[in-house]
Amino acid sequence: MTTLKELSRREERFTGGHRLCSGCGAAIVARQVLLAADGPVVIGNATGCLEVGTTIYPYTSWKVPWIHNAFENVAATMSGVETAYRVFKDRGKLDKDFHFVAFGGDGGTYDIGLQALSGMLERGHKMLYVCYDNQAYMNTGIQRSSATPKGASTTTAPHGKLIPGKIHRRKDLTAIVAAHHIPYVAQAAPHAFMDLMRKVEKALAADGPSFINILAPCHRGWRHGPEETLEVSRIATNTCFWPLYEVVDDKWKLNYKPRKKLPVEEWMKFQGRFAHLFDGDGHPELVAEIQADVDREWEDLLIRCGELPPRECREEEAKK
Amino acid sequence: MVKTSVSQIKMPLTGNDAGAYAMKQVNPDVVAAYPITPQTELMQTFAQYVHDGDVDTALITVESEHSAMSACIGAAAAGARTMTATSANGFALMWEVLYIAASLRLPITMAVVNRALSGPINIHCDHSDSMGARDAGWIQMYAENSQEAYDLWLIGIKAAENHDVLLPAMIMYDGFIISHTMEVVETLPDDAVKDYVGPYKPAYAMLLDEKPFTVGPLDFHDYYFEHKRQEIEGMEHAPAALAAAATEYEKLSGRHYGPVETYRADDADVIMVALGSTAGTARYVVDVLRDQGKSVGLMKLRNFRPFPHAEVADALGKTKCVVVCDRVASFGAFGSPTFMELRSALYEVPERPPVINYIYGLGGRDTGPDLLEQAFEEGLRVARTGKIEQHVSYLGVR
Repeated sequence: MTTLKELSRREERFTGGHRLCSGCGAAIVARQVLLAADGPVVIGNATGCLEVGTTIYPYTSWKVPWIHNAFENVAATMSGVETAYRVFKDRGKLDKDFHFVAFGGDGGTYDIGLQALSGMLERGHKMLYVCYDNQAYMNTGIQRSSATPKGASTTTAPHGKLIPGKIHRRKDLTAIVAAHHIPYVAQAAPHAFMDLMRKVEKALAADGPSFINILAPCHRGWRHGPEETLEVSRIATNTCFWPLYEVVDDKWKLNYKPRKKLPVEEWMKFQGRFAHLFDGDGHPELVAEIQADVDREWEDLLIRCGELPPRECREEEAKK
Repeated sequence: MVKTSVSQIKMPLTGNDAGAYAMKQVNPDVVAAYPITPQTELMQTFAQYVHDGDVDTALITVESEHSAMSACIGAAAAGARTMTATSANGFALMWEVLYIAASLRLPITMAVVNRALSGPINIHCDHSDSMGARDAGWIQMYAENSQEAYDLWLIGIKAAENHDVLLPAMIMYDGFIISHTMEVVETLPDDAVKDYVGPYKPAYAMLLDEKPFTVGPLDFHDYYFEHKRQEIEGMEHAPAALAAAATEYEKLSGRHYGPVETYRADDADVIMVALGSTAGTARYVVDVLRDQGKSVGLMKLRNFRPFPHAEVADALGKTKCVVVCDRVASFGAFGSPTFMELRSALYEVPERPPVINYIYGLGGRDTGPDLLEQAFEEGLRVARTGKIEQHVSYLGVR
């Protein structure tokens, strides 16, 4: 495990001067991931904010080999890169060792790129896939995705007179990925940077595919101040909306348990995209539903991580 | 016949066998493919080569054709010699990334086993799949039989990888008609194939290098146009690269491969133009009609991209009627793709011959000698009278 001091001395391979917004969560995530990925690394990037904001020709923010192909196929593209590497190694054409890291937003990962991601995981390519989850299609202007939380207002699921924003529940992608039985899966958030970078190190050391779903607050879409990115990330974990955990060889492990689990309202009230749920009469029934979803998901996670006995056991206990 | 420098081996092969055998002899670094009728056997045969250790290619058994082409792009950008194969709907699923492969200047090669595009769904041959991608930036060559499927793929690799070109190439052969028909194919010895294609040398340092190298950045109005212009220039260099690759191949095999091939056409009043397996049928019909004293000939169009406009004008410029047979429709256009391209190629010929167009064989509709004879007879009538009654007609449709 590398110390903060050591990390601070490493060369920055994701350079400043890019065109991402100030306070962009994705940029912080990319920087932390690259700092933790020591040694030669090839990066793949799905179409999205991170790609368009860092590579407008003839400029590039990447001081490492980097490839962008299209929106839905970074996992497939990097499957090709990693396979070429493997065959060159087998044929004795290459000495150097490389790591492979694919970046996709929630659009390129939860939605349009889900098939390619699943295929890559199932085929066992040795690479780390990082989803920077900013919970909507931010690059095209805040359209809802299957990662958008229930109740959030987006441009394609806006808060209207009839429908109060997105009415569907968010997909649990991290669990879907874990169902592929790959060696390493984790959820992380940029405010917990030592946890995040430790996870990157573990993921890259895994013998096979690895995946980290990283919360990447987007102040343009979430409607908070650009200086509040890490704060909104912190509250997401303290409300247990975004738990930090890892799944190592199918074993679930909780990495962070808030001393006091805050109501999810505290996270939602931080962000303008949920403002309509609290303005005037608001939508208390929807807020209650969201809280119930968070509670249930948190409990499920605690059970999976062995922090709580399974529900049946507790029911049995209660009967006694 | 040129004296060949190697002794060839005769093998009974279907089109798919021939394609897989060419891949085996090349032993590329990476193949990423997804099965689809009628290409499936090619992929199965190649997978067997991999699992038997006959090749040490890394085969990526992707979950879709979109991922097949995407993985090929990743592998090629990492500096690997990369191949794939598909048909019809799978080809259509690749559409987006076909353009990206070409624009990244990655010389991937692919067999396209021609099959009608849905809908309605159909598994038999027409050219609606590959013709739709004629502007994707790929070299496109149509094979008449298994022999050509084998030979053209090898030639295609060499031309695509030429540093003046650096564009991907697709080799088409007709689904079932060629892909599933056994014929005797003359193959080169393994060493001759390896020497012919040579070790793959990418033009640039690729991804597997510690040097930072950004592939596929956002490219706006200030540079996009120049990059597309360079891509066009790559295609402009393709005829010379294809000719050089074919000449070298001819020395090995004795088989000559130009962009067009004529048969009894020099003095013909009517020349039929056809692509793929139909050219074989047309050659037979030419002989039948010649025996009857009718002045007919054939021009087989082998290369569609780059379109050999000068060779077409040269081959057809002096005839009295051109009959273009195309196994594809272009909805709302004036005639089929080959008709349009070919009429444009003839525009500056001093005495332009009349050109008529027959669309035939969609969805695998059998197109026998009787139908082609019918088209020739109409061509002879136009040649006699100089009058076209209908520019675009359909052969064998009820």
